[in-house]
Amino acid sequence: MSDAPVVAVRDAAVALDGRPILRGIDLTITQGEVVAVLGANGSGKSTLVRTMLGLVPTVRGEVMLFGTPLRRFRQWRRVGFVPQRSSATAGVPATVWEVVAAGRLSRRPFLRPLRRADRTAINDALGAVGLAGRAKDGCSTLSGGQQQRVLIARALAGEPDLFVLDEPTAGVDLQSQQAFADALGLLVGRGATIVLVAHELGPMAPLIGRTVVMRDGRVAYDGPPIATEHEPEHHHGFHHPDLQRGPADHLPVVASPLDRPSREEHR
Amino acid sequence: MSILDYDFMVRALLAAVFTGLAAPAVGTYLVQRRLALMGDGIGHVAVTGVALGLLTGTSPTITAVLVATVGAVVIEVIRERGRTSGDVALALMFYGGIAGGVMLIGLAGQTTANLHAYLFGSILAISDTDVWVTLALATVVVVVAIGLAPQLFAVAQDQEFAQVAGLRVSVYNIMVAVMAAVTVTVAMRTVGLLLVSALMVVPVATSQQLTRGFRTTLLLAMGLGTAASIGGVVTSFYLPVAPGATIVLIALGGFLAAWPVGLIMRRRQRLSTPFVPWAGQAEHTVVPEEHAHEHGDDCGHTAVEHGDHIDYVHDGHRHAPHGSHYDEH
Repeated sequence: MSDAPVVAVRDAAVALDGRPILRGIDLTITQGEVVAVLGANGSGKSTLVRTMLGLVPTVRGEVMLFGTPLRRFRQWRRVGFVPQRSSATAGVPATVWEVVAAGRLSRRPFLRPLRRADRTAINDALGAVGLAGRAKDGCSTLSGGQQQRVLIARALAGEPDLFVLDEPTAGVDLQSQQAFADALGLLVGRGATIVLVAHELGPMAPLIGRTVVMRDGRVAYDGPPIATEHEPEHHHGFHHPDLQRGPADHLPVVASPLDRPSREEHR
Repeated sequence: MSILDYDFMVRALLAAVFTGLAAPAVGTYLVQRRLALMGDGIGHVAVTGVALGLLTGTSPTITAVLVATVGAVVIEVIRERGRTSGDVALALMFYGGIAGGVMLIGLAGQTTANLHAYLFGSILAISDTDVWVTLALATVVVVVAIGLAPQLFAVAQDQEFAQVAGLRVSVYNIMVAVMAAVTVTVAMRTVGLLLVSALMVVPVATSQQLTRGFRTTLLLAMGLGTAASIGGVVTSFYLPVAPGATIVLIALGGFLAAWPVGLIMRRRQRLSTPFVPWAGQAEHTVVPEEHAHEHGDDCGHTAVEHGDHIDYVHDGHRHAPHGSHYDEH
Protein backbone atom coordinates (compact mmCIF):
# COMPACT_ATOMS: atom_id res chain seq x y z
CA MET A 1 0.00 0.00 0.00
CA SER A 2 1.29 3.46 -0.82
CA ASP A 3 2.11 5.94 1.90
CA ALA A 4 -0.15 8.66 0.50
CA PRO A 5 -2.79 9.90 2.93
CA VAL A 6 -6.25 8.43 2.42
CA VAL A 7 -7.86 11.85 2.26
CA ALA A 8 -5.98 15.09 1.63
CA VAL A 9 -7.78 18.40 1.38
CA ARG A 10 -5.60 21.42 0.58
CA ASP A 11 -6.89 24.98 1.03
CA ALA A 12 -10.30 23.97 -0.25
CA ALA A 13 -13.28 26.29 -0.56
CA VAL A 14 -16.79 25.29 -1.56
CA ALA A 15 -19.61 27.49 -2.76
CA LEU A 16 -23.12 26.26 -3.50
CA ASP A 17 -24.96 28.44 -6.02
CA GLY A 18 -22.42 31.19 -5.45
CA ARG A 19 -22.82 31.17 -1.68
CA PRO A 20 -19.62 30.28 0.19
CA ILE A 21 -20.16 27.24 2.39
CA LEU A 22 -16.65 26.04 3.25
CA ARG A 23 -13.38 27.93 3.16
CA GLY A 24 -9.76 27.46 4.14
CA ILE A 25 -10.13 23.73 4.68
CA ASP A 26 -6.88 21.83 5.23
CA LEU A 27 -7.29 18.28 6.32
CA THR A 28 -5.20 15.14 6.06
CA ILE A 29 -6.51 11.78 7.11
CA THR A 30 -4.14 8.84 7.15
CA GLN A 31 -4.82 5.14 6.94
CA GLY A 32 -6.54 3.61 9.95
CA GLU A 33 -7.75 6.86 11.46
CA VAL A 34 -11.29 7.05 12.83
CA VAL A 35 -12.42 10.64 12.52
CA ALA A 36 -15.65 12.16 13.79
CA VAL A 37 -16.76 15.38 12.14
CA LEU A 38 -18.89 17.35 14.56
CA GLY A 39 -20.58 20.73 14.51
CA ALA A 40 -23.87 22.56 14.64
CA ASN A 41 -26.47 22.42 11.91
CA GLY A 42 -25.28 24.48 8.98
CA SER A 43 -21.66 24.44 10.10
CA GLY A 44 -20.66 22.65 6.89
CA LYS A 45 -19.78 19.24 8.31
CA SER A 46 -21.94 17.39 5.82
CA THR A 47 -20.62 19.49 2.94
CA LEU A 48 -17.09 18.71 4.08
CA VAL A 49 -17.45 14.94 3.66
CA ARG A 50 -19.40 15.38 0.44
CA THR A 51 -16.55 17.48 -0.86
CA MET A 52 -14.09 14.71 -0.01
CA LEU A 53 -16.12 12.39 -2.25
CA GLY A 54 -16.50 14.80 -5.14
CA LEU A 55 -20.26 15.12 -4.67
CA VAL A 56 -19.76 18.85 -4.22
CA PRO A 57 -17.27 20.69 -6.45
CA THR A 58 -14.59 22.88 -4.92
CA VAL A 59 -14.13 26.45 -6.11
CA ARG A 60 -10.48 26.47 -5.06
CA GLY A 61 -7.94 24.15 -3.53
CA GLU A 62 -7.54 20.47 -4.13
CA VAL A 63 -8.96 17.20 -2.84
CA MET A 64 -7.02 13.94 -3.16
CA LEU A 65 -8.15 10.41 -2.33
CA PHE A 66 -5.43 7.80 -1.86
CA GLY A 67 -2.94 10.21 -3.38
CA THR A 68 -4.92 10.81 -6.59
CA PRO A 69 -6.66 14.11 -7.33
CA LEU A 70 -10.45 13.55 -7.35
CA ARG A 71 -10.69 14.49 -11.01
CA ARG A 72 -8.57 11.49 -11.97
CA PHE A 73 -9.66 9.18 -9.15
CA ARG A 74 -11.14 5.91 -10.45
CA GLN A 75 -10.67 3.43 -7.59
CA TRP A 76 -14.17 3.97 -6.24
CA ARG A 77 -14.22 0.37 -5.03
CA ARG A 78 -11.98 1.54 -2.17
CA VAL A 79 -14.62 4.00 -0.95
CA GLY A 80 -17.84 3.19 0.88
CA PHE A 81 -20.41 5.90 1.42
CA VAL A 82 -23.48 6.05 3.65
CA PRO A 83 -25.48 9.11 2.60
CA GLN A 84 -27.51 11.22 4.99
CA ARG A 85 -30.90 9.68 4.54
CA SER A 86 -33.52 8.22 6.79
CA SER A 87 -35.08 5.90 4.25
CA ALA A 88 -33.84 3.12 1.99
CA THR A 89 -37.07 3.02 0.00
CA ALA A 90 -37.94 4.38 -3.43
CA GLY A 91 -41.02 4.32 -5.66
CA VAL A 92 -40.69 0.61 -6.36
CA PRO A 93 -40.23 -1.94 -3.57
CA ALA A 94 -36.80 -3.48 -3.17
CA THR A 95 -35.61 -6.24 -0.88
CA VAL A 96 -32.88 -5.74 1.68
CA TRP A 97 -30.67 -8.04 -0.39
CA GLU A 98 -31.16 -6.00 -3.56
CA VAL A 99 -30.24 -2.72 -1.88
CA VAL A 100 -27.15 -4.21 -0.23
CA ALA A 101 -26.14 -5.91 -3.50
CA ALA A 102 -25.83 -2.43 -5.04
CA GLY A 103 -22.80 -2.05 -2.78
CA ARG A 104 -20.93 -4.60 -4.91
CA LEU A 105 -21.39 -2.62 -8.13
CA SER A 106 -18.02 -0.91 -7.91
CA ARG A 107 -16.35 -4.33 -7.71
CA ARG A 108 -18.36 -6.16 -10.35
CA PRO A 109 -17.26 -6.30 -13.97
CA PHE A 110 -19.75 -4.67 -16.33
CA LEU A 111 -22.70 -6.91 -17.33
CA ARG A 112 -21.43 -9.81 -15.23
CA PRO A 113 -23.75 -11.58 -12.76
CA LEU A 114 -23.01 -11.85 -9.04
CA ARG A 115 -20.20 -14.25 -8.24
CA ARG A 116 -19.70 -16.29 -5.12
CA ALA A 117 -17.39 -13.68 -3.59
CA ASP A 118 -20.09 -11.04 -4.11
CA ARG A 119 -22.71 -13.15 -2.37
CA THR A 120 -20.40 -13.86 0.53
CA ALA A 121 -19.63 -10.17 0.94
CA ILE A 122 -23.34 -9.26 0.87
CA ASN A 123 -24.19 -11.92 3.44
CA ASP A 124 -21.28 -10.85 5.65
CA ALA A 125 -22.38 -7.22 5.48
CA LEU A 126 -25.95 -8.15 6.43
CA GLY A 127 -24.63 -10.22 9.31
CA ALA A 128 -22.39 -7.40 10.50
CA VAL A 129 -25.36 -5.07 10.97
CA GLY A 130 -27.53 -7.81 12.48
CA LEU A 131 -29.97 -8.17 9.58
CA ALA A 132 -28.92 -11.61 8.31
CA GLY A 133 -32.44 -12.99 8.62
CA ARG A 134 -34.08 -10.12 6.78
CA ALA A 135 -32.41 -10.42 3.36
CA LYS A 136 -35.58 -11.35 1.51
CA ASP A 137 -37.78 -8.81 3.26
CA GLY A 138 -38.92 -5.62 1.60
CA CYS A 139 -37.03 -2.53 2.79
CA SER A 140 -40.27 -0.69 3.47
CA THR A 141 -41.21 -3.22 6.15
CA LEU A 142 -38.15 -2.30 8.25
CA SER A 143 -38.03 0.33 10.95
CA GLY A 144 -36.13 3.57 10.31
CA GLY A 145 -33.13 2.33 12.25
CA GLN A 146 -33.07 -0.97 10.39
CA GLN A 147 -33.29 0.86 7.05
CA GLN A 148 -30.30 2.93 8.08
CA ARG A 149 -28.50 -0.32 8.88
CA VAL A 150 -29.32 -1.56 5.38
CA LEU A 151 -27.57 1.49 3.93
CA ILE A 152 -24.57 0.81 6.13
CA ALA A 153 -24.53 -2.84 5.02
CA ARG A 154 -24.61 -1.64 1.42
CA ALA A 155 -21.41 0.33 1.97
CA LEU A 156 -19.85 -2.54 3.96
CA ALA A 157 -20.55 -4.99 1.13
CA GLY A 158 -18.09 -3.14 -1.11
CA GLU A 159 -15.32 -3.93 1.41
CA PRO A 160 -14.00 -0.37 1.27
CA ASP A 161 -10.69 0.94 2.61
CA LEU A 162 -12.26 4.33 3.30
CA PHE A 163 -15.68 4.45 4.89
CA VAL A 164 -17.55 7.77 4.89
CA LEU A 165 -20.79 8.13 6.83
CA ASP A 166 -23.02 11.18 6.91
CA GLU A 167 -25.03 11.17 10.15
CA PRO A 168 -25.51 7.41 10.17
CA THR A 169 -27.21 7.29 13.54
CA ALA A 170 -29.49 10.34 13.37
CA GLY A 171 -32.86 9.28 14.73
CA VAL A 172 -31.84 5.64 15.05
CA ASP A 173 -33.01 3.44 17.92
CA LEU A 174 -30.49 2.31 20.48
CA GLN A 175 -30.44 -1.31 19.31
CA SER A 176 -29.56 -0.20 15.79
CA GLN A 177 -26.95 2.22 17.10
CA GLN A 178 -25.29 -0.63 18.95
CA ALA A 179 -25.44 -2.93 15.90
CA PHE A 180 -23.93 -0.11 13.93
CA ALA A 181 -21.13 0.57 16.44
CA ASP A 182 -20.29 -3.15 16.34
CA ALA A 183 -20.07 -3.06 12.54
CA LEU A 184 -17.79 -0.04 12.73
CA GLY A 185 -15.62 -1.82 15.28
CA LEU A 186 -15.24 -4.67 12.80
CA LEU A 187 -14.03 -2.22 10.15
CA VAL A 188 -11.63 -0.55 12.55
CA GLY A 189 -10.22 -4.00 13.28
CA ARG A 190 -9.58 -4.51 9.57
CA GLY A 191 -7.57 -1.29 9.46
CA ALA A 192 -10.11 0.72 7.49
CA THR A 193 -10.16 4.50 7.59
CA ILE A 194 -13.43 5.96 8.82
CA VAL A 195 -14.84 9.47 8.50
CA LEU A 196 -18.08 9.98 10.31
CA VAL A 197 -20.40 12.99 10.50
CA ALA A 198 -22.44 12.87 13.67
CA HIS A 199 -24.62 14.83 16.01
CA GLU A 200 -24.18 12.46 18.87
CA LEU A 201 -21.71 9.62 19.07
CA GLY A 202 -23.52 7.35 21.53
CA PRO A 203 -22.13 3.81 21.46
CA MET A 204 -19.60 4.83 18.80
CA ALA A 205 -17.68 7.17 21.11
CA PRO A 206 -15.01 4.63 22.20
CA LEU A 207 -14.01 4.01 18.56
CA ILE A 208 -13.28 7.63 17.70
CA GLY A 209 -9.60 8.54 17.57
CA ARG A 210 -9.82 12.10 16.28
CA THR A 211 -12.42 14.84 16.18
CA VAL A 212 -12.84 17.61 13.65
CA VAL A 213 -15.23 20.32 14.76
CA MET A 214 -16.72 22.49 12.05
CA ARG A 215 -18.00 25.96 12.71
CA ASP A 216 -19.29 28.43 10.19
CA GLY A 217 -17.65 26.65 7.26
CA ARG A 218 -14.20 26.37 8.83
CA VAL A 219 -12.40 23.76 10.86
CA ALA A 220 -12.66 25.09 14.42
CA TYR A 221 -10.90 22.21 16.13
CA ASP A 222 -8.93 19.23 14.94
CA GLY A 223 -7.41 16.85 17.45
CA PRO A 224 -8.05 14.07 19.92
CA PRO A 225 -11.65 13.54 21.03
CA ILE A 226 -12.72 16.31 23.35
CA ALA A 227 -14.15 16.38 26.84
CA THR A 228 -16.00 13.31 27.85
CA GLU A 229 -17.79 13.15 31.17
CA HIS A 230 -14.96 11.05 32.61
CA GLU A 231 -12.27 13.55 31.84
CA PRO A 232 -10.61 15.12 34.88
CA GLU A 233 -12.04 18.49 35.80
CA HIS A 234 -8.79 20.46 35.51
CA HIS A 235 -8.39 19.69 31.81
CA HIS A 236 -11.32 21.83 31.10
CA GLY A 237 -10.69 25.22 29.73
CA PHE A 238 -7.18 24.51 28.43
CA HIS A 239 -7.95 21.75 26.05
CA HIS A 240 -9.15 23.59 23.00
CA PRO A 241 -9.03 27.29 23.58
CA ASP A 242 -10.19 27.87 20.03
CA LEU A 243 -13.64 26.64 20.96
CA GLN A 244 -13.98 28.79 24.02
CA ARG A 245 -14.14 32.21 22.58
CA GLY A 246 -17.61 32.44 24.00
CA PRO A 247 -20.68 34.30 22.91
CA ALA A 248 -18.88 36.66 20.50
CA ASP A 249 -19.48 34.03 17.83
CA HIS A 250 -22.85 34.35 16.19
CA LEU A 251 -23.41 30.61 16.06
CA PRO A 252 -24.85 28.75 19.03
CA VAL A 253 -22.23 27.25 21.31
CA VAL A 254 -22.97 23.73 20.15
CA ALA A 255 -19.32 23.19 19.43
CA SER A 256 -19.52 19.50 20.10
CA PRO A 257 -22.02 17.22 21.74
CA LEU A 258 -19.21 15.83 23.83
CA ASP A 259 -18.58 19.17 25.40
CA ARG A 260 -20.30 19.86 28.65
CA PRO A 261 -23.35 22.02 28.13
CA SER A 262 -22.33 24.74 30.59
CA ARG A 263 -18.70 25.39 29.77
CA GLU A 264 -18.73 28.94 31.02
CA GLU A 265 -19.54 27.89 34.57
CA HIS A 266 -16.57 25.56 34.79
CA ARG A 267 -13.99 28.20 34.11
CA MET B 1 -61.16 -19.61 -38.92
CA SER B 2 -58.51 -18.85 -36.35
CA ILE B 3 -57.60 -15.34 -35.32
CA LEU B 4 -54.02 -16.00 -36.46
CA ASP B 5 -55.13 -16.57 -40.06
CA TYR B 6 -55.51 -12.84 -40.49
CA ASP B 7 -52.21 -11.14 -41.31
CA PHE B 8 -53.27 -7.89 -39.67
CA MET B 9 -54.00 -9.75 -36.43
CA VAL B 10 -50.59 -11.45 -36.44
CA ARG B 11 -48.94 -8.06 -36.93
CA ALA B 12 -51.08 -6.52 -34.21
CA LEU B 13 -50.32 -9.31 -31.75
CA LEU B 14 -46.58 -9.14 -32.44
CA ALA B 15 -46.58 -5.39 -31.87
CA ALA B 16 -48.71 -5.83 -28.76
CA VAL B 17 -46.42 -8.44 -27.19
CA PHE B 18 -43.28 -6.38 -27.71
CA THR B 19 -44.84 -3.12 -26.53
CA GLY B 20 -46.31 -4.95 -23.56
CA LEU B 21 -42.82 -6.14 -22.60
CA ALA B 22 -40.93 -2.90 -23.20
CA ALA B 23 -43.28 -0.29 -21.74
CA PRO B 24 -43.42 -1.67 -18.15
CA ALA B 25 -39.67 -2.39 -18.23
CA VAL B 26 -38.90 1.31 -18.66
CA GLY B 27 -41.91 2.26 -16.56
CA THR B 28 -40.44 0.45 -13.55
CA TYR B 29 -37.40 2.74 -13.54
CA LEU B 30 -39.60 5.82 -13.97
CA VAL B 31 -41.84 4.79 -11.08
CA GLN B 32 -38.81 3.98 -8.95
CA ARG B 33 -37.62 7.57 -9.39
CA ARG B 34 -41.13 8.84 -8.77
CA LEU B 35 -41.43 10.09 -12.34
CA ALA B 36 -44.54 8.10 -13.20
CA LEU B 37 -45.87 10.96 -15.32
CA MET B 38 -42.74 11.29 -17.42
CA GLY B 39 -44.24 8.97 -20.05
CA ASP B 40 -47.17 11.36 -20.37
CA GLY B 41 -44.87 14.33 -20.78
CA ILE B 42 -42.90 12.57 -23.51
CA GLY B 43 -46.16 11.43 -25.15
CA HIS B 44 -47.34 15.02 -25.39
CA VAL B 45 -44.03 16.13 -26.84
CA ALA B 46 -44.25 13.31 -29.39
CA VAL B 47 -47.46 14.90 -30.71
CA THR B 48 -45.31 17.73 -32.02
CA GLY B 49 -43.04 15.11 -33.58
CA VAL B 50 -45.93 13.40 -35.36
CA ALA B 51 -47.23 16.75 -36.65
CA LEU B 52 -43.74 17.60 -37.86
CA GLY B 53 -43.71 14.36 -39.83
CA LEU B 54 -47.09 15.10 -41.38
CA LEU B 55 -45.96 18.63 -42.21
CA THR B 56 -42.68 17.63 -43.85
CA GLY B 57 -44.01 14.49 -45.49
CA THR B 58 -41.53 12.21 -43.68
CA SER B 59 -42.47 9.23 -41.53
CA PRO B 60 -44.27 10.47 -38.40
CA THR B 61 -42.72 7.58 -36.44
CA ILE B 62 -39.19 8.78 -37.15
CA THR B 63 -39.90 12.45 -36.41
CA ALA B 64 -41.76 11.39 -33.26
CA VAL B 65 -38.76 9.35 -32.02
CA LEU B 66 -36.44 12.29 -32.62
CA VAL B 67 -38.63 14.96 -31.03
CA ALA B 68 -39.60 12.72 -28.12
CA THR B 69 -35.93 11.94 -27.42
CA VAL B 70 -35.04 15.63 -27.42
CA GLY B 71 -38.01 16.31 -25.15
CA ALA B 72 -37.06 13.52 -22.74
CA VAL B 73 -33.47 14.71 -22.49
CA VAL B 74 -34.65 18.28 -21.87
CA ILE B 75 -36.98 17.07 -19.09
CA GLU B 76 -34.08 15.12 -17.57
CA VAL B 77 -31.69 18.07 -17.75
CA ILE B 78 -34.25 20.47 -16.24
CA ARG B 79 -34.91 17.94 -13.50
CA GLU B 80 -31.23 17.50 -12.74
CA ARG B 81 -30.35 21.20 -12.79
CA GLY B 82 -33.50 22.55 -11.22
CA ARG B 83 -33.52 19.80 -8.56
CA THR B 84 -37.03 20.29 -7.18
CA SER B 85 -38.88 21.43 -10.27
CA GLY B 86 -39.19 18.08 -12.04
CA ASP B 87 -42.98 18.29 -12.06
CA VAL B 88 -42.92 21.83 -13.43
CA ALA B 89 -40.58 20.71 -16.21
CA LEU B 90 -43.08 17.98 -17.06
CA ALA B 91 -45.99 20.43 -17.08
CA LEU B 92 -44.16 22.78 -19.46
CA MET B 93 -43.54 19.85 -21.80
CA PHE B 94 -47.18 18.74 -21.68
CA TYR B 95 -48.49 22.07 -22.90
CA GLY B 96 -45.70 22.90 -25.30
CA GLY B 97 -45.96 19.49 -26.93
CA ILE B 98 -49.71 19.55 -27.54
CA ALA B 99 -49.80 23.20 -28.61
CA GLY B 100 -46.86 22.71 -30.96
CA GLY B 101 -48.49 19.65 -32.49
CA VAL B 102 -51.83 21.34 -33.10
CA MET B 103 -50.17 24.39 -34.61
CA LEU B 104 -47.95 22.35 -36.96
CA ILE B 105 -50.93 20.25 -38.10
CA GLY B 106 -52.71 23.49 -39.00
CA LEU B 107 -49.67 24.67 -40.93
CA ALA B 108 -49.62 21.39 -42.81
CA GLY B 109 -53.13 22.17 -43.99
CA GLN B 110 -54.54 19.12 -42.21
CA THR B 111 -57.14 18.82 -39.52
CA THR B 112 -56.40 17.48 -36.05
CA ALA B 113 -58.49 14.46 -36.99
CA ASN B 114 -55.37 13.15 -38.72
CA LEU B 115 -53.68 12.99 -35.33
CA HIS B 116 -56.36 10.61 -34.13
CA ALA B 117 -54.55 7.42 -35.11
CA TYR B 118 -51.49 8.57 -33.16
CA LEU B 119 -53.31 9.88 -30.11
CA PHE B 120 -55.39 6.74 -29.58
CA GLY B 121 -53.44 4.05 -31.45
CA SER B 122 -54.23 2.05 -34.55
CA ILE B 123 -52.64 -1.28 -33.89
CA LEU B 124 -54.96 -3.19 -36.25
CA ALA B 125 -53.81 -1.01 -39.16
CA ILE B 126 -50.10 -1.40 -38.42
CA SER B 127 -47.87 -2.02 -41.47
CA ASP B 128 -45.14 -4.62 -41.96
CA THR B 129 -42.41 -2.01 -41.67
CA ASP B 130 -43.90 -0.61 -38.48
CA VAL B 131 -44.00 -4.07 -36.94
CA TRP B 132 -40.30 -4.58 -37.65
CA VAL B 133 -39.43 -1.16 -36.25
CA THR B 134 -41.51 -1.90 -33.15
CA LEU B 135 -39.83 -5.29 -32.66
CA ALA B 136 -36.33 -3.91 -33.06
CA LEU B 137 -36.76 -0.88 -30.80
CA ALA B 138 -38.65 -2.81 -28.13
CA THR B 139 -35.98 -5.51 -28.09
CA VAL B 140 -33.25 -2.93 -27.55
CA VAL B 141 -35.22 -1.35 -24.70
CA VAL B 142 -35.86 -4.69 -22.98
CA VAL B 143 -32.25 -5.84 -23.33
CA VAL B 144 -30.93 -2.59 -21.84
CA ALA B 145 -33.55 -2.50 -19.07
CA ILE B 146 -32.70 -6.03 -17.95
CA GLY B 147 -29.00 -6.17 -18.82
CA LEU B 148 -28.14 -2.94 -17.04
CA ALA B 149 -30.64 -3.55 -14.24
CA PRO B 150 -28.05 -3.46 -11.40
CA GLN B 151 -26.68 -0.10 -12.54
CA LEU B 152 -30.04 1.46 -13.40
CA PHE B 153 -31.46 0.22 -10.10
CA ALA B 154 -28.60 1.71 -8.09
CA VAL B 155 -28.81 5.07 -9.85
CA ALA B 156 -32.58 5.34 -9.46
CA GLN B 157 -32.48 4.16 -5.86
CA ASP B 158 -29.78 6.46 -4.55
CA GLN B 159 -28.05 8.82 -6.93
CA GLU B 160 -25.30 9.95 -4.56
CA PHE B 161 -24.37 6.45 -3.54
CA ALA B 162 -24.23 5.43 -7.19
CA GLN B 163 -21.93 8.34 -7.94
CA VAL B 164 -19.54 7.38 -5.14
CA ALA B 165 -19.65 3.80 -6.46
CA GLY B 166 -18.09 5.22 -9.61
CA LEU B 167 -21.17 5.11 -11.87
CA ARG B 168 -21.67 7.86 -14.44
CA VAL B 169 -25.00 8.92 -13.01
CA SER B 170 -25.96 11.45 -15.67
CA VAL B 171 -25.23 8.95 -18.45
CA TYR B 172 -27.64 6.44 -16.90
CA ASN B 173 -30.26 9.12 -16.31
CA ILE B 174 -30.13 10.20 -19.93
CA MET B 175 -30.23 6.54 -20.96
CA VAL B 176 -33.51 6.01 -19.08
CA ALA B 177 -34.93 9.20 -20.61
CA VAL B 178 -34.03 8.06 -24.14
CA MET B 179 -35.42 4.58 -23.48
CA ALA B 180 -38.64 6.17 -22.29
CA ALA B 181 -38.84 8.31 -25.42
CA VAL B 182 -38.26 5.33 -27.70
CA THR B 183 -40.86 3.28 -25.84
CA VAL B 184 -43.43 6.06 -26.06
CA THR B 185 -43.03 6.25 -29.81
CA VAL B 186 -43.14 2.49 -30.15
CA ALA B 187 -46.30 2.26 -28.07
CA MET B 188 -47.80 5.16 -29.98
CA ARG B 189 -49.07 2.69 -32.60
CA THR B 190 -50.39 0.27 -30.00
CA VAL B 191 -52.23 2.29 -27.37
CA GLY B 192 -51.77 5.83 -28.65
CA LEU B 193 -49.79 8.75 -27.27
CA LEU B 194 -52.43 9.74 -24.74
CA LEU B 195 -52.51 6.26 -23.21
CA VAL B 196 -48.84 5.27 -23.53
CA SER B 197 -48.03 6.15 -19.98
CA ALA B 198 -50.77 3.84 -18.73
CA LEU B 199 -48.97 0.86 -20.23
CA MET B 200 -45.72 2.04 -18.64
CA VAL B 201 -47.10 2.69 -15.18
CA VAL B 202 -50.22 0.61 -14.50
CA PRO B 203 -48.57 -2.84 -14.75
CA VAL B 204 -45.85 -1.62 -12.38
CA ALA B 205 -48.43 -0.33 -9.92
CA THR B 206 -50.25 -3.67 -10.11
CA SER B 207 -47.07 -5.65 -9.77
CA GLN B 208 -45.83 -3.83 -6.68
CA GLN B 209 -49.06 -4.60 -4.86
CA LEU B 210 -47.92 -8.20 -4.78
CA THR B 211 -44.12 -8.09 -4.67
CA ARG B 212 -41.42 -7.18 -2.20
CA GLY B 213 -38.41 -7.00 -4.48
CA PHE B 214 -37.36 -4.87 -7.41
CA ARG B 215 -36.49 -7.72 -9.73
CA THR B 216 -39.79 -9.53 -9.20
CA THR B 217 -41.67 -6.24 -9.65
CA LEU B 218 -39.91 -5.61 -12.95
CA LEU B 219 -40.50 -9.08 -14.35
CA LEU B 220 -44.08 -9.36 -13.14
CA ALA B 221 -44.88 -5.91 -14.59
CA MET B 222 -43.53 -7.03 -17.97
CA GLY B 223 -45.69 -10.15 -17.80
CA LEU B 224 -48.78 -8.15 -16.84
CA GLY B 225 -48.14 -5.61 -19.59
CA THR B 226 -47.87 -8.35 -22.20
CA ALA B 227 -51.01 -10.09 -20.93
CA ALA B 228 -53.01 -6.84 -21.04
CA SER B 229 -51.74 -6.03 -24.56
CA ILE B 230 -52.62 -9.45 -25.94
CA GLY B 231 -55.96 -9.40 -24.12
CA GLY B 232 -56.85 -6.00 -25.57
CA VAL B 233 -56.00 -6.95 -29.15
CA VAL B 234 -57.86 -10.26 -28.96
CA THR B 235 -60.90 -8.62 -27.35
CA SER B 236 -61.05 -6.02 -30.10
CA PHE B 237 -61.11 -8.82 -32.67
CA TYR B 238 -64.32 -10.25 -31.27
CA LEU B 239 -65.99 -7.10 -29.95
CA PRO B 240 -66.43 -3.68 -31.56
CA VAL B 241 -64.03 -1.94 -29.15
CA ALA B 242 -60.88 0.14 -29.68
CA PRO B 243 -57.80 -2.03 -28.92
CA GLY B 244 -55.76 0.76 -27.31
CA ALA B 245 -58.42 1.66 -24.78
CA THR B 246 -59.18 -2.01 -24.12
CA ILE B 247 -55.51 -2.74 -23.35
CA VAL B 248 -55.43 0.07 -20.81
CA LEU B 249 -58.74 -0.93 -19.24
CA ILE B 250 -57.59 -4.55 -18.87
CA ALA B 251 -54.39 -3.31 -17.21
CA LEU B 252 -56.45 -1.14 -14.86
CA GLY B 253 -58.73 -4.10 -14.14
CA GLY B 254 -55.63 -6.04 -13.10
CA PHE B 255 -54.72 -3.26 -10.69
CA LEU B 256 -58.21 -3.21 -9.18
CA ALA B 257 -57.97 -6.96 -8.62
CA ALA B 258 -54.48 -6.82 -7.08
CA TRP B 259 -55.03 -3.76 -4.91
CA PRO B 260 -57.14 -5.38 -2.15
CA VAL B 261 -54.68 -8.28 -1.98
CA GLY B 262 -51.82 -5.81 -1.53
CA LEU B 263 -53.81 -3.92 1.08
CA ILE B 264 -54.39 -7.06 3.13
CA MET B 265 -50.76 -8.17 2.77
CA ARG B 266 -49.45 -4.78 3.90
CA ARG B 267 -51.84 -4.67 6.85
CA ARG B 268 -50.78 -8.13 7.96
CA GLN B 269 -47.15 -7.12 7.57
CA ARG B 270 -47.63 -3.97 9.65
CA LEU B 271 -49.39 -5.82 12.44
CA SER B 272 -46.64 -8.38 12.78
CA THR B 273 -43.75 -5.87 12.71
CA PRO B 274 -41.73 -6.48 15.88
CA PHE B 275 -41.98 -3.91 18.66
CA VAL B 276 -38.65 -2.21 19.28
CA PRO B 277 -37.28 -3.42 22.60
CA TRP B 278 -36.54 -0.68 25.07
CA ALA B 279 -32.96 -0.68 26.28
CA GLY B 280 -33.72 0.41 29.86
CA GLN B 281 -35.33 -1.52 32.69
CA ALA B 282 -39.06 -1.77 31.99
CA GLU B 283 -41.56 -1.30 34.78
CA HIS B 284 -43.21 -4.55 35.76
CA THR B 285 -46.98 -4.16 35.38
CA VAL B 286 -49.05 -7.26 35.89
CA VAL B 287 -52.22 -7.51 33.86
CA PRO B 288 -54.98 -7.36 36.49
CA GLU B 289 -57.73 -9.25 34.64
CA GLU B 290 -58.07 -13.01 34.71
CA HIS B 291 -57.47 -14.77 31.42
CA ALA B 292 -60.08 -17.20 30.20
CA HIS B 293 -57.50 -18.75 27.94
CA GLU B 294 -53.78 -19.03 27.52
CA HIS B 295 -52.21 -16.90 24.77
CA GLY B 296 -50.59 -19.08 22.14
CA ASP B 297 -50.31 -19.79 18.46
CA ASP B 298 -54.06 -20.24 18.00
CA CYS B 299 -55.56 -17.90 20.62
CA GLY B 300 -56.74 -15.50 17.94
CA HIS B 301 -54.73 -12.52 19.21
CA THR B 302 -52.05 -11.06 16.98
CA ALA B 303 -48.64 -12.28 18.11
CA VAL B 304 -45.83 -9.77 17.69
CA GLU B 305 -42.14 -10.25 18.34
CA HIS B 306 -40.75 -8.01 21.10
CA GLY B 307 -37.06 -8.53 21.77
CA ASP B 308 -36.65 -12.01 23.23
CA HIS B 309 -40.34 -12.82 23.68
CA ILE B 310 -43.79 -12.53 22.09
CA ASP B 311 -46.39 -9.86 22.87
CA TYR B 312 -50.07 -10.60 22.27
CA VAL B 313 -52.15 -7.65 21.09
CA HIS B 314 -55.23 -7.53 23.29
CA ASP B 315 -57.90 -4.80 22.91
CA GLY B 316 -55.26 -2.17 22.22
CA HIS B 317 -52.86 -3.50 24.90
CA ARG B 318 -49.84 -5.72 24.62
CA HIS B 319 -49.74 -8.73 26.90
CA ALA B 320 -46.48 -10.55 27.44
CA PRO B 321 -46.36 -13.95 29.17
CA HIS B 322 -44.39 -13.77 32.44
CA GLY B 323 -44.33 -16.93 34.47
CA SER B 324 -47.85 -17.65 35.66
CA HIS B 325 -49.36 -14.31 34.60
CA TYR B 326 -49.25 -11.69 31.83
CA ASP B 327 -47.42 -8.39 31.89
CA GLU B 328 -48.69 -5.19 30.37
CA HIS B 329 -46.15 -4.02 27.74
